[in-house]
Amino acid sequence: MIMPIFAEILTKGPLLKGAQMKSRNQFLKSLFFSLALAFSSASLWANDPVTSKEPSHEDSADQSVSTEEQISEYIAHHIKDAHDFHLFSYNDASGHRKHIGFPLPVIVYTSQGFRFFMSSEFHHDDSGHQVVERDGVSLVKYHEKIYELNAGEHAVSFDEAHHPTNAHEVLDLSITKSVFGFLLVSLLMLIAFRSLANQYKKRAVPTGFGRVLEPLVLYVRDEIARPNIGEKHYKRFTGFLLTVFFFIWTSNLLGLTPLGFNITGQLAVTFSLALFTYLITQFSGNKEYWKHIFWMPGVPAPMKVILAPIELLGTLTKPFSLMIRLFANISAGHIVVMSLISIAIIMKSSMGAVGATALSFALSFFLTLIELLVAFLQAYIFTMLSALFIGMAVQEHDHH
Amino acid sequence: MTIPNLVGAGLIVIGAGIGLGQIGGRAMEGIARQPEATGKIQTAMIIIAALLEGLAFGALFLGK
Repeated sequence: MIMPIFAEILTKGPLLKGAQMKSRNQFLKSLFFSLALAFSSASLWANDPVTSKEPSHEDSADQSVSTEEQISEYIAHHIKDAHDFHLFSYNDASGHRKHIGFPLPVIVYTSQGFRFFMSSEFHHDDSGHQVVERDGVSLVKYHEKIYELNAGEHAVSFDEAHHPTNAHEVLDLSITKSVFGFLLVSLLMLIAFRSLANQYKKRAVPTGFGRVLEPLVLYVRDEIARPNIGEKHYKRFTGFLLTVFFFIWTSNLLGLTPLGFNITGQLAVTFSLALFTYLITQFSGNKEYWKHIFWMPGVPAPMKVILAPIELLGTLTKPFSLMIRLFANISAGHIVVMSLISIAIIMKSSMGAVGATALSFALSFFLTLIELLVAFLQAYIFTMLSALFIGMAVQEHDHH
Repeated sequence: MTIPNLVGAGLIVIGAGIGLGQIGGRAMEGIARQPEATGKIQTAMIIIAALLEGLAFGALFLGK
């Protein structure tokens, strides 16, 4: 699907002569491979002597990872959202822990109203020790969840299951790493598509990056929207389908970079996307659609009453499966890639540092290539199934 | 990872494997019979594979 499109772009570019075109194609191929290599080279840093030193203190947020529990904690930390943008940490010459990254704003709605502050006030503490006081409200952060201490308390105490006993949760509306990520994705999409749209004022065929986007946009419209929704109504929904397709694809690709994003691997993000699909199908359902749910024609009356709640539940299960499919595919992919990278650390003693790193690099490189395919595929599947559900809602039946 | 967890995960993988194998096999047969329909068959195969993977992953996640 995608290869013919790219092949067409690469070969039917501006009319270059033979040798120029060949060298440009070679350049593009080498660019692609070097980018793929760069994306998957995270495993080469795993055995850096600094990061594999034994930890000197019990700070769970920035330990050097060397044992299996630390590795699984590290992976879980990557999958979860975070209140600061933490690229990596290292021990400098004097043994201090240095963090490269920047804090993000924390916006919480506590029992006494909104509070804003930067997450640097927590000083990289994730175990509930650092208390932030803001206008009479004391807040702590435990495992990336923000709790408000009950009135009069000064330190949080935990029960056996590590739940805080004298603090309660607040409504957390912060700009977390994933929020920052999808704001970045929206900015990229705005820039790319605005410039593509502006090009059509001056010329019929776009130039530059628009050449890559235009066939993809047309593909979504002609192969996903039109066949599934039908000629009469597809224009209303093409905007939504295009947005969802490019948002999911770009977010998946960002998740493959070493920057540590995990946007579509968050249940909240995929839930919102599936919610949009659900709301759009329900609000654009015509009379035929609702009749088929509540009063299915061609079925005896008692069965109709039984079928109605089942059909109603059926409208919910389809967006639910959309949500789970995207979330599970992307986060499982991230977990597997990170586990393969951590093979370099785990097998260091049995295979030697060089052998373990080489094995981990080979495995994670191939898996990252597969993840590139999965990034596109999941975007395509989500868009296609959304188009299918919308089509089922708006289609006009010819009566039997 | 307890024994029931492992057995469940194994069953899920068996189910996914059988399903994908069936899809792939029938797709191959279809392509062999009509090479000019390769594009459509490939597209349909990938769609169904993604649906099945979604089911398998969902089950894996629900069972941890």
